[in-house]
Amino acid sequence: LLHCGSIPSQIMKWNGWGYSDSRFLFNKKGQAEFTGKRYRLSGMIIPGLKDWFEGTFGANLQHKTPPTPLLTNTAVPPATLNEAFVEEVKSTGIPFSHDAEDRVFRAHGHCLHEIFALREGKIGRVPDMVVWPSCHNDVVKIVQLACKHNVCLMPYGGGTSVSSALECPPEETRSIVSLDTSQMNRILWIDEKNLTAHVEAGIVGQDLERLLNESGYCTGHEPDSMEFSSLGGWVATRASGMKKNIYGNIEDLVVHIKMVTPQGVIEKSCQGPRMSTGPDIHHFIMGSEGTLGVVTEVTMKIRPMPEYQKYGSVVFPNFEQGVACLREVAKQRCAPASIRLMDNEQFKFGHALKPQVSSIFTSFLDGLKKFYITKFKGFDPNHLCVATLLFEGNREKVLQHEKQVYDIAAKFGGLAAGEDNGQRGYMLTFVIAYLRDLGMDYYVIGESFETSVPWDRVLDICRNVKARIIRECKDKGVQFPPLSTCRVTQTYDAGACVYFYFAFNYRGLSDPVHVYEQVEHAAREEILANGGSLSHHHGVGKLRKEWMRDTISNVGMGMLKSVKDYVDPNNIFGNRNLL
Amino acid sequence: MLSSSGVVVDEEEEEQEEEQRGLWCSGPFGLTVFVNADKMSSGAVYSHKDPMLKKRDDFEDILEERRTSSDLRYALRCYTPVLYKGVTPCKTSVLKSMVLQSDQLHYVINQVSKESGRAADDVREEASAILEEMAHSLQLSTVRFFAFMLSKVFKTLFRSICVNEEGIQRLQQAIQEHPVVLLPSHRSYMDFLLMSYILYTYDVALPVIAAGMDFMGMKFVGEMLRMSGAFFIRRSFGGDKLYWSVFSEYVKTMLKNGYAPVEFFLEGTRSRTSKSLTPKLGLLNIVMDPFLKGEVFDVNVVPVSISYERILEESLYARELLGVPKPKESTSGLFKARKVLSEDYGSIHVYFGQPVSVRSLAEGRVNRCQFNLVPRHIPRRPSEEIQSFVNDSAYRLVRAQEENMVLKPWVLLASLLLQNHHQNRAAGQKPGMALDELTTQAVWLRDVSRQYGAFLHWPDHTSPSEVVSSGLSLHRALVRVCEGRVQLAVEQGEQGGPGDPRSTVTPEEELLSQAVVVLSCASYRNQMLHVFVRPALLASAIHIASSNQKQEVFNSFSFLRNMFSSEFILCPGATVQDFEEACYLLVKTGVLQVTQQEVLVTERGHRTLAFLTSMLDPFLQGYQVVCRFLCEEDTETLTEKQFIPAVRKFIVNHLLAGRLRYAEVLSSDLQKNALAALQRLGAVRKIKGVEPGTLKVNRVMVNSLEDTLGGKLPTQKSVSARL
Repeated sequence: LLHCGSIPSQIMKWNGWGYSDSRFLFNKKGQAEFTGKRYRLSGMIIPGLKDWFEGTFGANLQHKTPPTPLLTNTAVPPATLNEAFVEEVKSTGIPFSHDAEDRVFRAHGHCLHEIFALREGKIGRVPDMVVWPSCHNDVVKIVQLACKHNVCLMPYGGGTSVSSALECPPEETRSIVSLDTSQMNRILWIDEKNLTAHVEAGIVGQDLERLLNESGYCTGHEPDSMEFSSLGGWVATRASGMKKNIYGNIEDLVVHIKMVTPQGVIEKSCQGPRMSTGPDIHHFIMGSEGTLGVVTEVTMKIRPMPEYQKYGSVVFPNFEQGVACLREVAKQRCAPASIRLMDNEQFKFGHALKPQVSSIFTSFLDGLKKFYITKFKGFDPNHLCVATLLFEGNREKVLQHEKQVYDIAAKFGGLAAGEDNGQRGYMLTFVIAYLRDLGMDYYVIGESFETSVPWDRVLDICRNVKARIIRECKDKGVQFPPLSTCRVTQTYDAGACVYFYFAFNYRGLSDPVHVYEQVEHAAREEILANGGSLSHHHGVGKLRKEWMRDTISNVGMGMLKSVKDYVDPNNIFGNRNLL
Repeated sequence: MLSSSGVVVDEEEEEQEEEQRGLWCSGPFGLTVFVNADKMSSGAVYSHKDPMLKKRDDFEDILEERRTSSDLRYALRCYTPVLYKGVTPCKTSVLKSMVLQSDQLHYVINQVSKESGRAADDVREEASAILEEMAHSLQLSTVRFFAFMLSKVFKTLFRSICVNEEGIQRLQQAIQEHPVVLLPSHRSYMDFLLMSYILYTYDVALPVIAAGMDFMGMKFVGEMLRMSGAFFIRRSFGGDKLYWSVFSEYVKTMLKNGYAPVEFFLEGTRSRTSKSLTPKLGLLNIVMDPFLKGEVFDVNVVPVSISYERILEESLYARELLGVPKPKESTSGLFKARKVLSEDYGSIHVYFGQPVSVRSLAEGRVNRCQFNLVPRHIPRRPSEEIQSFVNDSAYRLVRAQEENMVLKPWVLLASLLLQNHHQNRAAGQKPGMALDELTTQAVWLRDVSRQYGAFLHWPDHTSPSEVVSSGLSLHRALVRVCEGRVQLAVEQGEQGGPGDPRSTVTPEEELLSQAVVVLSCASYRNQMLHVFVRPALLASAIHIASSNQKQEVFNSFSFLRNMFSSEFILCPGATVQDFEEACYLLVKTGVLQVTQQEVLVTERGHRTLAFLTSMLDPFLQGYQVVCRFLCEEDTETLTEKQFIPAVRKFIVNHLLAGRLRYAEVLSSDLQKNALAALQRLGAVRKIKGVEPGTLKVNRVMVNSLEDTLGGKLPTQKSVSARL
């Protein structure tokens, strides 16, 4: 093996989410536990999960669907190598590999169908070769060689795509080379006068934050995938971070981008904070999803690390009130760093994920809280929902801000429900992806998808999409009602970002992935019919391509296409995303 | 067993899964919605392919229990209907303030205020007044009063009120899942009281009902109806933005929140002819809007078919059609109807049809994204796509009503007697037909109509002659049996007469009083028109076509269909489907042979074909007479208003001179429809002459249409699509 990444792939699962040592399992007593040491939940018993899991999905711990344990090399199609290209790469000294495991690892993102196939040991078209450039110039060389020898390049960052963006087009006959940016992971400089940092695009989120923290700074960009996703990937998909209310989304954070394309390098000549120089070329790059070139270096805004952080949570009697509260918070432009509203099903789910409490006192307190909310305040446990909050800044301002938000919440019947609930909510963000793997061990498959929608349609879209999912499942022969739930994860002046989670027990279905895809397709249709966008931050990839024309109009498609035709006339960046 | 996912599933597990299926119904989520999900697909609204295979529910007589137990206890019993998603009913005052505070109304009030220069508060006052005039104030005590009173009335008037209980169960279910719209057919004033009575009986949520303002003329009754759930809308408010806005917001607020099912009559008014009327789209647009705009997941529309064995307003309608103006509804007028109470009106059948999901109807038809770019509360004229969707849906719903209308044997008798009446008259034969001949023919027609999918209620364990005589005796006002011969009660005429002194009866009065009977009978025959209209159009097309060439026949069919599209319920744009359906039925019943090129009548098909052409003949003749009138009379200054009296006079003369045999052509309904058809075809245009609504007649065109109807001219290719 010729490479060593910042996260070597051995410590990552090859057929599931995240670290190999971290996973949910049901132990011999039938209790759920989370293994490893990396997370707050690691090593803990989660007593409520089994009942919730069985009750929600009609699943049974006796009915298991374990994955194929090992990747067999025979399942991997042999590499189609472009010998001349390989020779010239070899002469540049840039590391590369055509080892089956390396190739399979970079052949997928984390869509359900991708992981499901891996668990079954089914491997489709995979890259024929992986290269690991270690700097901008390496990328320039590789792109030049790719053009010279007409090989297909597919940039690979953290591999967390959920839009089929990393899937190799099966119709591609050229040699496909996966360009893994993971070795380009340095912070090249920090400019404290302008509060910017110049960073190589292959760096993953958690490393970037950790390294900046060492100097007392942060970017504040925290997508849920930040443990694994890369800066280049964020730029290429128009990523959004949990704390965008303070720090902004990726388009607000980048000051300068360098991208290598078949036509050469594209970048701006200065770092002026705003320019009136025609359409912003950054906007051709952001969201290009690897179809135009490789982002190699980015200058990003940085901020001093926050002095104080405080979590919080509010319980609302129902989802309607919760949404009304978020809308008011957005109207008054006083959203905390993060504010998220979970619906009742997710509230129950979150509840099921409470780790075993160590003391009788805590459990007594929990009981008391529950009594207060449901009996004293009269909240219906089947309707109430919860918002989680994260405040950041200097202590005084945080406390003031907190009061302002809780006052607004109170107007909508919201009751403060403690820091713990809030913190647990955000912690779950990182472990929820691991839960899908647990479900897949027991006939349960699922996924999340997102949209953005104007405020006046938030409630309608939530109701209709959830109902559509349930109806489609029934129509497609799913034998137990699915989990169909949503949350509002971001607020904007003119709307919100809504996340849907959907999972079902597929026992008795002959082609569960197909059913899954049909339901997801229907759900997306419903989203669009209800005024939601095609995507808020996951991107289009190949999964949502069919709706692009309707989304951006014919002329819009033509614009994007003409850019592609100019920048990459031979389709070297041939992942076929987006258009 | 190896599933394609490569997971081994053993047989036993498969069985368990079969059991799990039940969990959808009883699961913790109450997801019973799926039980009917596939039945609600749009295809279920109306599938024309094989009407013979239609399955219908059984009926239960709700009066039976009323005859054996206390009406008072019934009226006072515990009434606890389940509402949509368990919402609690909402007070009228709350409802009103929701409407007045709605974004939509707010917007329109400001708009009207800006346009008219009036103060916004002033406009709001007006909106509030409109709402006061409109809103229902459903009160259980009034409902109980009606439940008591109607029990008494119904028991005297009717032998039975039969309801399909399964339909009620489906409705019950539908109400819990999605907002529900009830669409009953409209043949009598009785309809909406009857509906509420039935729903009360079955403990189903009581609807709020759109009623015409004319009821409000009857002060006391109007208020009573209001308290039993009616809300009142003006008959016309064309350009009144504010009125429309209050009205639509009021209906949508009730619907969206699921406070009560909304009930209205798709036909807009009572059909005086027993034919279904061309659907009105206003309210249907309103109730579909919340779904199209994503404000609710779905709306369930439930067509309800109410069939009266004998219509209370029978001769009233006939007289109205003959030109005696409709008396303004007044309370005293209603009491005069007390005479009605002493008569036997047979039975009523109420069939609650399969709930139709608006979502399924719209699937693949409407791009809901069209509402994405403008705030939904800003009223906009519906797009063409939506208009045509609503229009098509309306037709399908009317057809869904039609297909579950119960036909009593008398309907067959009326058809046969009418045809016989006209044929005898033409041939100068003795009036009437022998009773046993009628019975034989009725049995024949019974079998034919069943083959064509009629929902015929013919008691099978009773002998045909008993069935026939029971039908005749219930309608003794319209038929006479003497010396073993049955004939229409036209000779004496006094039944129909508005009470003129016998001695001074003019021929015209005589004619009109006969026409009352003929039109009454025709209204019963009309009840089965929907069963036969497509085959009958084909039969007539074969008759007037110049050859047996399929394309020729299709052209004639298409021409007739186009001509009669205001007369019968013919879904717009479905010419080819209708033609195919007609061919399918006539081939299947052995009447026709249809080859690639030709349409041939079989030996044994002539009888059916003759019956079908005779059924349509009065309409064909009627339209021709209207054409002739427009060509012959001095129509230079004819206005729309003068049209009916003038054409009536013309027809009376023709009838008296014996140049026309069908007295039913005197029906103003037919005359209006004919004019509408001619206008639609461009043969008559309304212009702004000296008088408003002056009719400009293109005589050449009218003349050629008349000739085509009479089979004297081949159908022009240009008017018809290629098959």
